[in-house]
Amino acid sequence: MFKFLLNKLAMLVPTFFGVTIAAFSFIRLLPGDPILLLAGERGVTPERRAELEKIMGFDRPLWEQYFGFLGDLLQGDLGVSIVTKTPVLEEFLARFPATIELSVIAIIIAIAIGLPAGIIAAVRRGSVFDHTVMGISLTGYSMPIFWWGLLLIIFFSGILGWTPVSGRMSFLFYFEPVTGFMLIDSLLSDQTGAFKSAVMHLILPSIVLGTIPLAVIARQTRSSMLEVLSEDYVRTARAKGLSPMRVVGVHALRNALITVITVIGLQVGVLLAGAILTETIFAWPGIGKWMIDSIFRRDYPAVQGGLLMIASIVMIVNLIVDLTYGLVNPSIRHER
Amino acid sequence: MATSQSSAQSSMPAVGTFKHSLYEFWSYFRENPGAVAGLYFVGLILLLALGADIIAPYDPTEQNRDAFLQPPVWQEGGSWDYILGSDAVGRDLFSRIIHGARFSLFIGAMVVTLSMSAGIMLGLLAGYFRGHVETVIMRIMDVILAFPSLLLALGLVAILGPALINAMIAIAIVLLPHFVRLTRSSVMSEKNKEYVIASRLAGASHLRLMVNTILPNCMAPLIVQATLSFSTAILDAAALGFLGMGAQPPTPEWGAMLAEAREFILRAWWVVTFPGLAILLTVLSINLMGDGLRDALDPKMKRS
Repeated sequence: MFKFLLNKLAMLVPTFFGVTIAAFSFIRLLPGDPILLLAGERGVTPERRAELEKIMGFDRPLWEQYFGFLGDLLQGDLGVSIVTKTPVLEEFLARFPATIELSVIAIIIAIAIGLPAGIIAAVRRGSVFDHTVMGISLTGYSMPIFWWGLLLIIFFSGILGWTPVSGRMSFLFYFEPVTGFMLIDSLLSDQTGAFKSAVMHLILPSIVLGTIPLAVIARQTRSSMLEVLSEDYVRTARAKGLSPMRVVGVHALRNALITVITVIGLQVGVLLAGAILTETIFAWPGIGKWMIDSIFRRDYPAVQGGLLMIASIVMIVNLIVDLTYGLVNPSIRHER
Repeated sequence: MATSQSSAQSSMPAVGTFKHSLYEFWSYFRENPGAVAGLYFVGLILLLALGADIIAPYDPTEQNRDAFLQPPVWQEGGSWDYILGSDAVGRDLFSRIIHGARFSLFIGAMVVTLSMSAGIMLGLLAGYFRGHVETVIMRIMDVILAFPSLLLALGLVAILGPALINAMIAIAIVLLPHFVRLTRSSVMSEKNKEYVIASRLAGASHLRLMVNTILPNCMAPLIVQATLSFSTAILDAAALGFLGMGAQPPTPEWGAMLAEAREFILRAWWVVTFPGLAILLTVLSINLMGDGLRDALDPKMKRS
C-alpha cells in the first residue's frame, strides 16, 4: 500500500508543476500589455511603468520569475487582487465555505436519490421503473443546468412563491459568520427563522448543482450492479438460498460500490464547474461567482489564483479517490 | 425473433464488404428505439438548420416595435405572426431558435473536428512511440484534466477574448485529453497484434503503420467519443454564451439568447423556456444516438 501511495504521489508531481506553469503563463499570455491591464484605464507614466515592472518582477528573466512565483506559492502567497487590494488567498478562503456548503448538499441529494434509483433499476432490469430511471437520468445528464435553474426559479419562486430567488440568507437576519457555513451559523445565531431561511435559500441551487451528478451516479450504479449481478459469486449466494435482499444488499452492492465511489469522487470537478453556472444564476457568493466576476473585472491575479486553487483541489480529491480505490480493491494496488 | 433473423440473413450483403458492416451496424442500431428517435430528431434539426433562411418566417435579428414580448400563439394575446412569441425587442423567437440550430450544430462539428484530429494525432504518437514522447503528451493531458472543463474554457476565453470562435477553440482544447487517452490506449492494445507485426516486417513505414494499419482498427470507440463530445461541445458553448463569454448578442445562439432573456423570467416565461428546451432536446437526442452507437459498434460489450 505504501508503495502504491508513493507511486500515485510521484505521478502527481509533474502534473502539479504543469498546473503551476499553466497558471504562471496565464497573465503572461493575456493579449496586450500586462502592466497596462493591471494599471487599469488611466494608463501609466513611463517612470511608474518601470517601477511597476520592478515590483511585478517583469524585468527579470522568465525562469527567475517562475521560481519567484513558485516560492511565493509555497508560502501561500497567491498575489493581491487588483480590484479589492486584498490577498487572493484571503478572498478565496472567504468564499470557499459557501461553495462547499452548496456542493456537499448537492452531492448528498445526488447520492440519496441516484444510488437507490440505480440499484432498483438494475434489480428490475427492463421494467417500467428501469426505463423511467434511465430516461430521466439521460435527460438530467443532457440538461443545460443554467436553464434548469431558471425554470425552477420561474416555477418555485415566481409562480408558487415558495423559495427566494437568490442569495444565501434573508436580509431580515444578520449575524457574524463563525464557520462560514450558513446552515451552522444560522443555528449558532439563535435567531428564530434564520435556519429555515438558510435552508430555503439552499434548496434550489443544490438541486440544480446536483442534477448532473445525480444522473451520472444513477447510470453508473445501475451498470455496475448489472455487471456484478451476473457474476458467479452472486449466483452462488443465490444458490445457497440467501434472501434476495441479502444477495443484492450485501454481496452485490458492496462490490458494485467500488466503481460508484470512484465516479462520485470524479464529480468534484463537475461540481466545481457547475458551481460557476449555479452560483451565477442564484447570486450565490461562492468561488464560482467570484471567478466569473473576476474574469469580467479583469482581476487577473484573482483568476490566476483561483484557477490554481481549484485545480489543486481537483487533483487532491482525485488522488484520494485513487487511494480509496486501491484500498477497497487490492488488485488495483498490485498492478504493474 | 429467430425467423426474422434468418429471413434477414438471406438478403444480407456478402460478409467482409463495407456494405455488410454497414448493414450489421444498422441492424444493431435500430434495435434501440431511443437511438433511432435521437437520430431522427438530429436529422430534423439538421434540416431546420440547413433550411433556416427558407423556413424561418423572419430574419433572426429583425426587430418589431409593435410586438414586444408577445406570448406564444396558444396563450391569450398570442398570434400566428409569432408562433413561439417574441422577445423584449420584438424579434421572432421561432426564427431565432431555428437560426440558433445552425450555430449549435456548427459549434459541435467544428469542435469535434478540431479536437478529434488533434487528439488522434497526439494519441497515435504517444501510443506508438511510447517513451519520452508519451510522457510529455500524457502529462500535458493530465494538466488539462486537472481543471474543471468549464473553468478551463472560461480561462482560455479570458486569454483569447470573448467570441464564438475563441469559445470553440477553448472547448476543443478542453475535450482534447479524452481523444488522446482513448487513441493511445487502443493503439497500445493493437500495436503488438500479428497483423501489425506482419505489416511492419513487410517494410511499412512508421507513418503507414500508424495511419493505415493501426488507426482504422481504433475507430469504433473514437466515433462514440466524438458523439459524446459533440453534445458536450454544444452544452459548454451554450454555457459560455450564457455567461457572456461565447457568442455575443445579437447572435441568435441559444445560450446567449438565454442570457438576454434572464431579466424577463418572471414576466415572459417563453423567452426563457424555448431556447433552453432547444438545447436540451438537441443534446438529449445526440446522447441517445451516442448510446445506440456504442451498443451497435461494439456488440460484444454488454448492453447496460
